[in-house]
Amino acid sequence: MCGTCGCSSDAVLTVLVPGEAPGHSHDEQHSHDEQHSHDEPTEHDHRQHVSAGGGRTVMLQQKVLAKNDDLASANRHWLAERGILAINLMSSPGSGKTTLLERTARDLADVVPITVIEGDQETALDAERIQAAGSRVVQINTGAGCHLDADMVARSLAELNPPAGSIVVIENVGNLVCPALFDLGETARVVLASVTEGADKPRKYPHMFRLADLVVLNKTDLLPYVEFDVQRYAADLRQLAPKAALMQLSATTGDGLRHWYEWLRAQI
Amino acid sequence: MHELAITESLVAAVAERLPDQRISCVRLEIGALSGVVADSLRFCFDLVTEGTSLEGASLEIDEPAGLCHCRACGTDFEPDWPIVLCPCGSAEATVVAGQDLRITSVQVA
Repeated sequence: MCGTCGCSSDAVLTVLVPGEAPGHSHDEQHSHDEQHSHDEPTEHDHRQHVSAGGGRTVMLQQKVLAKNDDLASANRHWLAERGILAINLMSSPGSGKTTLLERTARDLADVVPITVIEGDQETALDAERIQAAGSRVVQINTGAGCHLDADMVARSLAELNPPAGSIVVIENVGNLVCPALFDLGETARVVLASVTEGADKPRKYPHMFRLADLVVLNKTDLLPYVEFDVQRYAADLRQLAPKAALMQLSATTGDGLRHWYEWLRAQI
Repeated sequence: MHELAITESLVAAVAERLPDQRISCVRLEIGALSGVVADSLRFCFDLVTEGTSLEGASLEIDEPAGLCHCRACGTDFEPDWPIVLCPCGSAEATVVAGQDLRITSVQVA
């Protein structure tokens, strides 16, 4: 953990560029530059009271995740200035995030530049797949961490330096719980679900699904072999997240992928 | 277990706002709709504060209930979480309270 602010600087970043040998790792302490400032916010009023116990009570009224939220705002501003669409892609492990991104990178290679930030506890396996699909990618290994945070994304964006007007996909750590609470500065939140996980996930993990702009239901080619009531799933999702769009596709067969590409184009 | 990262953020935020001051009590507000489990945070607190200016501090947690405002009929209601549905039948509602995760105050020893 960063000794100055508590952000998770022990995450390791590895950059992979298509056609090049495995990239360099960054595991040193990150620099505390202007984007990640530790200057004391001035809007707070440290009201103080002398309590009956003799100690002094200091009113803080500060959000616990204020530091992450400030960094996320800086990321959002940085991305908006460059007209970059940043997708925070979240799902449980094994839903097909990397397969969807491999297809997307290949299919849209001539349409729009796509770079990827990969989050996993260990290994660069996913980054190698994205690199082979032709995209620049940063692999973040969070170690014990169960989610990405805004500081990791800021450092990854600095490494990737995505071009103006491009798409950055942040593949979060596979987990339907923790990533929901950490704003990364993304433009849109996409939750990927697969029919093999069962249709009850929106009700079981409401925090994740409530904040989604889009829910993509993957592996629809397996629908004949599993018990999955798509109508029930759609109804549950509508009740929980009335504004979230829902689309169905199979990243393996390519069925329905054009809806995903149309949605991406509409967001740029 | 995001409560560990959240507790680390909490301890870092207090240490940054009140450097070199011994803290004897931290008061938090964890809204019922915040997605944070107060018991998990309590569990992490002793581990994370060890060796910091917050070591040994007590932790007081207030857990306000969730409150939503219906844009269709204008009433405020407590949601049957996670479904945000007004008794009038409208889902056009905004969460107005219970999502906060906030350090309200600390006591300096």
